Amino acid sequence: MIKVENISKQFNGFLALDDISFEIKEHEVVGLLGPNGAGKTTTLRILTGFFNPTLGQVKYDDLDIIDDDIKIKQKIGYLPENNPLYDELKVKEYLVYAAQMHDLAKPKIKEAVNKVIETCGLKEKQNQEISKLSKGYKQRVGLAQALIHNPEILILDEPTEGLDPNQRIEIRDLIKKIGQEKTVILSSHVLSEVEATCNRVLIINQGKIVASGTPAELKSQTTSQTKILLKVEGPQDKIVEELKKLEGVERIISAQKENNLITLEIETDSTKELRKSIVHLIIDNGWELYEISKQEKSLEDIFVKLTKQT
Amino acid sequence: MKHIFAIIKKELKDYFNSPLAYVFISIFLVVSNWLFFRSFFIQAQASMRPYFSLLPWLFLFLIPAVTMRLWAEEKKLNTAEVLFTWSIKDPEAILGKFFASLIFIALTLILSLSVPLSISFIGGLDWGIVIASYLGALLLAAAFLAIGLFISSLTDNQIIAFILAVALAFAIFMVGEDFVLYALPNYLVNLAQYLGLGAHFASINRGVLDSRDIIYYLSIIFIFLYLNTRQIASRKWK
Repeated sequence: MIKVENISKQFNGFLALDDISFEIKEHEVVGLLGPNGAGKTTTLRILTGFFNPTLGQVKYDDLDIIDDDIKIKQKIGYLPENNPLYDELKVKEYLVYAAQMHDLAKPKIKEAVNKVIETCGLKEKQNQEISKLSKGYKQRVGLAQALIHNPEILILDEPTEGLDPNQRIEIRDLIKKIGQEKTVILSSHVLSEVEATCNRVLIINQGKIVASGTPAELKSQTTSQTKILLKVEGPQDKIVEELKKLEGVERIISAQKENNLITLEIETDSTKELRKSIVHLIIDNGWELYEISKQEKSLEDIFVKLTKQT
Repeated sequence: MKHIFAIIKKELKDYFNSPLAYVFISIFLVVSNWLFFRSFFIQAQASMRPYFSLLPWLFLFLIPAVTMRLWAEEKKLNTAEVLFTWSIKDPEAILGKFFASLIFIALTLILSLSVPLSISFIGGLDWGIVIASYLGALLLAAAFLAIGLFISSLTDNQIIAFILAVALAFAIFMVGEDFVLYALPNYLVNLAQYLGLGAHFASINRGVLDSRDIIYYLSIIFIFLYLNTRQIASRKWK
């Protein structure tokens, strides 16, 4: 549906995007992940036609972003970075204005406005001035604006930035709900965010795509070890010694004793499931097991690894 | 067209939602009336010529105040990014803002009709000249607005937009004035005289609506609105 071919973007001699290509299919929820300044916002601005690429092409089906920008803009709902809003307008006024700008027919405007007010939970706030709203509600207004013309594609630039944890969850749920029937592209530098909402991730660093795939794929690509966390009561030296003998245990990262409880971090071969044999070992020796957990390498580790290489 | 109307409506709402509109209209009416009537009774002539000679000077400082926020604010708050990713063409936004400010100035001029009305009670007023002068004032205002709007698109700072607009409007206004013409080499005199905003206004103020003056104003407006579209479009290629 969206095809990005070899786009580069140069700002006064600074190469913000360096030959990026990717494709997005219908109903995908794609996360653009990268540190600040990696080129996420620039990519999204090119996708929305706000910037033109210095080189390369962006196609929406058969439409070209430079030649058919109006037609493409009608298909896109966009929430820019930092959610700029016409603060002095009331929520409803603003949404009506947005609807008029998208060529909605007059009788349909009211219907569309009421629908997005409903979807985004803005009913009680619809007659308030936007400047008086809390950040979470402003974010909803921004989303409502992006949804007003029922676009096929939703482009969201850091949609949960600057929100408190509760608001983050609300917005995330809202995006998930919307994502069921639309193609969504969102950017973020918060990994848990992307992991929770997206079914595909593009990791971007210094203007290049350094990895892409589902969150699970990305994890398996870069991990060969798994960490196991263990809390056990018993003689410390003996436990460490016995654990080291187990096949698949590569290293005991740390062992700490607090009161009678020993906390151990064990690095193991990720191709083997070791939890069972560890539990057996502990029970057979008559020690007390308090806790055992496998720690997946998080997307965070992958992110740090990929974006620090250069 | 629908987009332009929607933008006009929104911008006008912005004017009247803020104190700026009322401050502007009050200052304009008080200052112009005071300056005019101060000498009106001494001259003892039922003519509005002194009034219209004052107008360009008032416009010079007040019109940049009307246009300064139009783009600068959108750039500063980044709402321009929302605006230009809606399904509109750039020129629609520019025309919307231009006509909104023009309607605002027209409203102010309508309120100033109290001056000719009160004069006409005292003595016979030549309404033909007054109407021509008002039309000239509107054209002059439109030219200043186009200049101010263009300047506003260059910066995200309203104060800088105001100062630069005053400076540029002043320069274009003064080019055709006599004392500038004396200082210029001969071959430039005709050109400077034609380019000066002020000289064209003076002839309209005499009650002569010459098509050359009208074309001149329309070209100034067109040139600056065009520059404005270029400036707005340049964001894409930066």
